[in-house]
Amino acid sequence: MADVITRLDPTSRAAARGFSDMTIRNLFIIPTIVFLIVFNVFPLIYSLWTAFTDYRASTAAAANFVGLANFRELLSDPDIWRNFTITAKYVVITVTGQVIVGFGLAMLLNRKIPLKGLITTLLLLPMMLSPAVVGLFWKLLYDPSFGIINYFLGLGKFEWLAQPQMALWAVALVDIWMWSPFVMLLSLAGLSAVPKHLYEAAEIDRAGPFYTFFRITLPLVAPILMIAIIFRTMEAFKTFDHAYILSTQPTTELIAIRLYKMAFLEWQTGMSSAFAYIVLIVVVAITNIYVKYLNKAKAR
Amino acid sequence: MQRRYFRLLASAAAIALSAPAAMAQELTIFWAEWDPANYLQELVNEYEAETGVVVTVETVPWQDFQTKAFTEFNAKGSAYDMIVGDSQWLGAASEGGHYVDLTEFFQANNLGEIMAPATVKYYAEYPANSQKYWAIPAEGDAVGWSYRKDWFEDPAEMEAFKAKYGYDLAVPQDWKHLIDIAEFFHRPDENRYGIAIYTDNSYDGLVMGVENALFSYGAELGDPNTYVVDGIINSDKAVEALEAYRKLYGFTPPGWSKTFFVENNQAITENLAAMSMNYFAFFPALVNPATNPNAANTGFFANPKGPYGDQYAALGGQGISIVSYSNNVEESYKFLEWFIQEDVQKRWAELGGYTAHAATLESAEFRNATPYNEAFFQTMFMVKDFWAVPEYAELLVAANQRWYPYIVGGEGTAKEALDALAADWTETFKKYGRLQ
Repeated sequence: MADVITRLDPTSRAAARGFSDMTIRNLFIIPTIVFLIVFNVFPLIYSLWTAFTDYRASTAAAANFVGLANFRELLSDPDIWRNFTITAKYVVITVTGQVIVGFGLAMLLNRKIPLKGLITTLLLLPMMLSPAVVGLFWKLLYDPSFGIINYFLGLGKFEWLAQPQMALWAVALVDIWMWSPFVMLLSLAGLSAVPKHLYEAAEIDRAGPFYTFFRITLPLVAPILMIAIIFRTMEAFKTFDHAYILSTQPTTELIAIRLYKMAFLEWQTGMSSAFAYIVLIVVVAITNIYVKYLNKAKAR
Repeated sequence: MQRRYFRLLASAAAIALSAPAAMAQELTIFWAEWDPANYLQELVNEYEAETGVVVTVETVPWQDFQTKAFTEFNAKGSAYDMIVGDSQWLGAASEGGHYVDLTEFFQANNLGEIMAPATVKYYAEYPANSQKYWAIPAEGDAVGWSYRKDWFEDPAEMEAFKAKYGYDLAVPQDWKHLIDIAEFFHRPDENRYGIAIYTDNSYDGLVMGVENALFSYGAELGDPNTYVVDGIINSDKAVEALEAYRKLYGFTPPGWSKTFFVENNQAITENLAAMSMNYFAFFPALVNPATNPNAANTGFFANPKGPYGDQYAALGGQGISIVSYSNNVEESYKFLEWFIQEDVQKRWAELGGYTAHAATLESAEFRNATPYNEAFFQTMFMVKDFWAVPEYAELLVAANQRWYPYIVGGEGTAKEALDALAADWTETFKKYGRLQ
């Protein structure tokens, strides 16, 4: 086997140029490794260093090592905790909404209906759009004067984005609209993989639709649904574009927005690096919890 | 064969490397994307015609202006030779070493006398009263007001207003009149609203709007010498000013929760509001019938005085600075020498730029040139600005965070919002060692 992999076809053009197997392998691998080191590994290590300094990228002053001061200041700042609370609320609302809507749509599409292909394609469109564009046109949809949402719901001049408590729901609704198709797509793949004979057996046993759903469908789709939840949780934690465009209410200031302001408006480079690492740790921790559940679901 | 190939390649490289030396001199000025930048491009085309030096005005949207500029500064990039930077950047850009010190140039050309005093103080000098200069006042600007003359001059409206408020409906003389008129014209059932103000808290929109109220109510941001803010930014006058701004928000059109210059001009062009706050730089669009169907009926006035007789306006506008990392510093100096000439400044004003050149500003020719120039002239002698310290952005973000929920969301009281801001700013000034 190893022979097959390492031996170069002597009649190939590469062999004629005198390239060895190792050279060809390196030609493919080295650029990727260099790219990863320059754009991923180096910034990661460099930002870890700046997280322990008072560095400000807007000044020429040298970075001074401040130990854990940035982390201490961030974790004792009530405004940062407020940002985390808002983000947690946002993640719960959006991911729950996306799972309900996405899985519901998948259930509807997992049966014989006319124009199924076209309907599926149309339903997938929102997740193919740029979040910035989505933010801009939902801003128009929410407009209290001419927005179509108020018109259809008969809400008059209701201010979706100006009301501090409603704004987060309005931003979350946009995320649900945009990313439910993603959950739908994965759920559809899971549903189509459920063996048909299980449903046939359940039918013979006169099992009701609820029993069939909770005992056959859900357990078998659960692992793939959990993958969708992991992806959406991580993405929802990082939400920036449409939330930033739609609302500047402090009640919709997600951690990514606060991080952006800290890093690129206030130029607190050291502090924002520390903040980014805190966010990273939180996301990794939550993902690990999900993965644990995913493994449990798979084992079942 | 291979040798010949390499020779050809080497020749091509040599030609490519030597080409810039043979090319015409080029300068790049960085600014935000708005009409004055287009006027500046027209002006610098004349410089090119005179000298052969190609000057390009490169722009980015306002939202990205600060980030792009400072990213380039941080990278010590030479992409821009000059920058028309915001007044509040002076501290950060000068202390960061990004701007060339123009003090000698300033003094040699007597610019302290030639340019309007407020523009020298806020666009060029840092630290305050240090007589160190980092920019040449380029685009003078401040926040003023436009209004619907036809609504104000309608006899039925005038009669109804007098009956309700006991005085004549006219251009507001003070903030009480401003609030009364906004309330009078606020008729949501008729799709007509009282006033359009700045509420966008993503950069300095909301803060500039609130400053108009603060300064005219006799309040201050803090002590610029000691950096003490507690008891100043949350003074009784400041509380009154913030309450007045909140009151005005109640008379804005629906959906006015994140509005800046574009929306505020639309308030006039689309018959939404009786009065609208905006930078003077955006008023040319309001007198142009192609962009404003109500151009003939649009009037302008300076920010009115407050209840205690103070009359100030928030400063906009920018100075032009030479970027320290430019490869064309000498050529940039030559350009600035040309730019400050009186005839060039007159031409700058003719094209639509707001000159800061005192003699041009004071001339009858300038003051009568447009319907808004007189208000602009009055305003430029009563302007005040935001903090220009290097950490201004943190102060700006804090102000946005504290004022916005009160003004737009109606959360808490003005006193609570200002007390919280005083605490935030005190902490920031302590953090940077300005306050013990």
